[in-house]
Parts: sequence; C-alpha cells; structure tokens
Amino acid sequence: MAAEPGKIDPMHQFMVEPLFGTGGLQVGGYNIAFTNSALWMVLSLFVLWVFMLGGMKRQLVPGRWQAAAESVVGFVNSMVSTSIGPEGRRFVPLVFTLFMFIIIANLMGMVPIGILTPVWHGAHAFTATSHFTVTGVLAVLSFATVLIVGFSRHGFHFFSLFVPHGTPVIMIPLMFVIELFSFLVRPFSLALRLFVAMTAGHILLKVLGGFVIKGISAGVGYGLLVSLPSFVLMIGISALELLVCAIQAYVFALLTSLYLNDAVNLH
Amino acid sequence: MDAEAAKLIGAGLAAIGVGLAALGVGNVFGSFLESALRNPAAADGQQGRLFIGFAAAELLGLLAFVVAMILLFVA
Repeated sequence: MAAEPGKIDPMHQFMVEPLFGTGGLQVGGYNIAFTNSALWMVLSLFVLWVFMLGGMKRQLVPGRWQAAAESVVGFVNSMVSTSIGPEGRRFVPLVFTLFMFIIIANLMGMVPIGILTPVWHGAHAFTATSHFTVTGVLAVLSFATVLIVGFSRHGFHFFSLFVPHGTPVIMIPLMFVIELFSFLVRPFSLALRLFVAMTAGHILLKVLGGFVIKGISAGVGYGLLVSLPSFVLMIGISALELLVCAIQAYVFALLTSLYLNDAVNLH
Repeated sequence: MDAEAAKLIGAGLAAIGVGLAALGVGNVFGSFLESALRNPAAADGQQGRLFIGFAAAELLGLLAFVVAMILLFVA
C-alpha cells in the first residue's frame, strides 16, 4: 500500500537501502550490499566496543565510566546466576553480548538525527532491531545455544524436558506434544516481541510527528489545537520508548538465561 | 464489500486486541505493586517473574498488532 503524496508514510523509516554505492555487490548470486541496517549495527558494535574499552580499567577506585561498565556487567551477572545458578557463569558473556547489543541498537534508533535534514538530506536513525531478520538471527543464536548445551550435557535425556515430573502415564503423549510446541515457538516469540515492540513505537512516533507537521502547515488555529498536544504527547511517548528499549533488552536477556537454565539443569 | 475496505476494517478490529493487552499488562504490574506494598521485603526477589509475566502479556497483544500490519501491508 503506497502512500499518496502529501500523506504520512510511517513505514518509510523501515526501508533498507544500500549505502555508498554497494547496491550491486553480489557473491554467489546473493546481494551483499552494505545497507543502512548494517551501518547501524556496526555503529552499535562500535559504541559497545568504546563503552567496554573505556570501562575496563581495573582501577581499585573506579571512576564514573568504570563504575558504569561494572554495574552493567554486575547486573547481567546477577541475573544469570539467579536464573541458572553457579554453573551459569559460563553464559554471562553470551547473555551480556545479547543484552548490550540489543539495548544499544534500540537506543541508537531513537537518536533524533532527523533534525539534520536541512544540511544532510534523508538523514534518519535506523533501528536495526525493528526488522524480523535481525531479531530472528539473535533469537536463533540464543535458541541454538540452548539446543547445543542441552544435547551436549544430557544427550537424549534432554527430551525429558518435555515431560514434567509427576505427569500421569496416560497424559505423557499429550504433554510431550504440548511442551515440544511451547519449546519450539520460543525463538519466534523472542524475535517477534523485540521486533514488534520496536516497530510499533517508531510507527507511533512518526504518526504523531506527521500530526505536528500537518497541523502547523494548516494554520495557527490547527497548530494550537492539534500540533501542540501532539508534540507534548510525542515527548511523553519518546520517554516511554526509552523505557521500552531497556525493558525489551532486559526481557530478551532474561528469557535467554531462563531457557539456558532449562538446558543446563533440566527441570 | 470491497476487499480493500474489508482489510481496513479487519485491521481496525485487530487493534482491539492491543487494547486488551493493555489490560493484561496493567494487571501484571498492578497486582505486583499491590502485593509488593504488603510485603516490600519480598518484592525484589520477584522482579524476574514480574518481567516474565509482563513479556507474556505483552507478546499476545503484539500478535494483534502483527495481524493488523499483515492485513494492511501483506494480505
């Protein structure tokens, strides 16, 4: 459904476009263009790298930066060890990487570089986590780790995960199927939650932004009646979106560590 | 009815589900706060479960949003 000219097109911000003239790059028949999505993921990794490099100082009395890095690491560490137990320490790097990449990619998508449009046409922040391909790969990463850890630790005994303790014998086939399905939808629910939460928030912001612009261009009366309340609402929604960015990253990391707990300890 | 009109009406109806998820999310946090004020000492230990409940309630509402988006842009 293409937007007619002059209409608000809130989906345009999710367009993946090749950058720096790499649109035609092909390897084995597949297009490997360096897109704006890839650019923002690389930027997120760069921000994470700078954050950690500046934080890992090993000073006895930590400065502000080191204290910030230490508190994030401590937060993930305590989350993993309360859900998995002492054996969970091995998974802290994985969960920490997922958590930090998601939260930074989410927050980078909120950076309002669109105000640079007069000097840099078409400038807008791109939320890499608002695409199912990206969040799907992250979810597959966490799900594959669960499968590998589960099967390498317990072998085929891992299937006992699908039959809870104390299930009556008659119910075992039914319970097995239900538990298997609830296990298999986990990567989809992980990926879908993150992608939709990011997409919905950004669509809402762009729709409100369209109200502000159209109200102002319709005259002073409409500007006061429509644009001003919309703008105030936009500020509130932006604050809410910052909260959602953090909560979604937290939920992703928390669910990953809970699923890893299943794989490490069974029930 | 025109197929395009039916899609738009369907997407609008799917938006009801998002509102119902709001009830669910509000219920999760409301119940947590209610019991956390009765026993504040036990509240911190339940934060993980709070967010799992929030995630489950929210996901079901987001599915309604996905249905609306599929009707508008894919179907």
